[in-house]
Amino acid sequence: MKISRLARMLLWSVMGFGFTFIYLPLVLVVINSFNKNTSFAWPPTGFTTSWWGKAAVNEGVRDAITRSAVVALSATFIALILGSLAAAAIARYKFFGREVISLLFVLPIALPGIVTGIALNNVFTNFLGQLTIFTIIVGHATFCIVVVFNNVAARYRRLGASLEEASMDLGANRFTTYRLITFPLLRSALLAGGLLAFALSFDEIIVTTFTAGAGQNTLPIWIFQNLFRPNQAPIVNVVAAALILVSIVPIYLSQRLTQEKVS
Amino acid sequence: MSSVKELLNRKPTLRAASLLSLPLLWLGVIYIGSLFALFITSIWKIDTFTSKIIREFTLENFIDVFTDRAYFNVTIRTLFVAICVTVICAVIAIPMAFFIARIAREKSRPVLIALLITPLWASYLVKIYAWRTMFYPESGFINWLISPLGGSSPGFGIFAVIIGLTYLWLPYMILPIYAGMEKLPSSLLDASSDLGAKSGRTFFSVILPITWPAIIAGSIFTFSLSMGDYITVQILGGTFQMLGNVVYQNFSLNLPFAAAVALIPVIIMMIYLSSIRKSGALDNL
Repeated sequence: MKISRLARMLLWSVMGFGFTFIYLPLVLVVINSFNKNTSFAWPPTGFTTSWWGKAAVNEGVRDAITRSAVVALSATFIALILGSLAAAAIARYKFFGREVISLLFVLPIALPGIVTGIALNNVFTNFLGQLTIFTIIVGHATFCIVVVFNNVAARYRRLGASLEEASMDLGANRFTTYRLITFPLLRSALLAGGLLAFALSFDEIIVTTFTAGAGQNTLPIWIFQNLFRPNQAPIVNVVAAALILVSIVPIYLSQRLTQEKVS
Repeated sequence: MSSVKELLNRKPTLRAASLLSLPLLWLGVIYIGSLFALFITSIWKIDTFTSKIIREFTLENFIDVFTDRAYFNVTIRTLFVAICVTVICAVIAIPMAFFIARIAREKSRPVLIALLITPLWASYLVKIYAWRTMFYPESGFINWLISPLGGSSPGFGIFAVIIGLTYLWLPYMILPIYAGMEKLPSSLLDASSDLGAKSGRTFFSVILPITWPAIIAGSIFTFSLSMGDYITVQILGGTFQMLGNVVYQNFSLNLPFAAAVALIPVIIMMIYLSSIRKSGALDNL
């Protein structure tokens, strides 16, 4: 395909602008975490590493990170099971109401989080009496299922059914076929969906605000509570910078996954 | 046990039902059930002194929502912000996705995609917080950047909210469009330029129509996520408010009214989803 010089230049400039737009704020947060001045006026007048030391021993931060990890792991676990079951049914079978059900599996991410949040809060407080870490997990699993479902369903669509049919024609039963044929083919989609579900849960704040009990701070809730407290601002900045740096790990993992797919 | 196996072997519908039972129980009972319970509360009364719900039928909440000019204005403002965010995201995402899928060398493609996904993993609050420090009226980065040119930071308000939401949801727009662009057959693009179409014509007559479902798929995220947001609005909006803020403020004092307001974005989203169902966008999520 031929592309005119003008079009090529336009595309390059949008790329440049896009990546600057995406990365500038993140770079500024990392720089600011070393900013000596607690008001974070730009440009910084001096640098220090003391905020990092203070953040590392902060009780509230540690407690919140642990809780966030427990919630995200549990929600991802539930989502992997329920999401892949649903994807198998929708992708491999034709039945009455299939369209409606596949729409249902989009709803938790298509409807605003605040609606999900207050709806779950209303039911939990009325039927369970109180909010706990379990109510956070239930709330998170609801939208994590959708992420896993989307990833796995897309993989099923791309694979087609011929390999499974061949396996069953050769005498393997349904469970053997799933174990030896389907699951290995789905594995990277499950991992990718699981990683995304984990990241979404770890980062979720709106549904969490309405499903977390008193004192049940997840990391986003802790950040939000301390965002407007002047003496906590440097710590919030360090946590923010650390989260940006840590987020490189899942990127690296998902990169490895796509390479596995290619080879 | 063997008879159950036999039955499952003979009836595919039964197999599908057994696969679906658990996920449907979860989403159908917990999620849809809660939504349903919430919207039932919107037709109940409230004791104005104790904030306790009285289970008596009333349409007052809906009458309040639909007759008060203020709520109409908030709805229009929210729609305006959601549409702006979606359009800006699409305008940035389409050329970027095209560049990565079609122009960048095959080897650099995964790297570019990784660079795009990175901010997706960075925390929502971190990103909005970053924009807050940038938008600070006197001392922020934006002010520092444009004050030599004689400008000053626009400060917190609708503009900052639109920029912040665009920033948050941009990757959600780029990724489905990229997937759509990747599937675009190059023979069609070659044919278009062989037949004499210039780049612009090829874009509007070939690329855009074929990738349309992917663009719509991306817009579901940008549109819905913008419409329900209230935290970005709190951090970047100053006194500016959207529907999410109204729901949030009424939630603890007057749940029936909050539920009635919450129904607005749900109805808008339902209309949006059902109008795009035929475009095949849902398979591009």
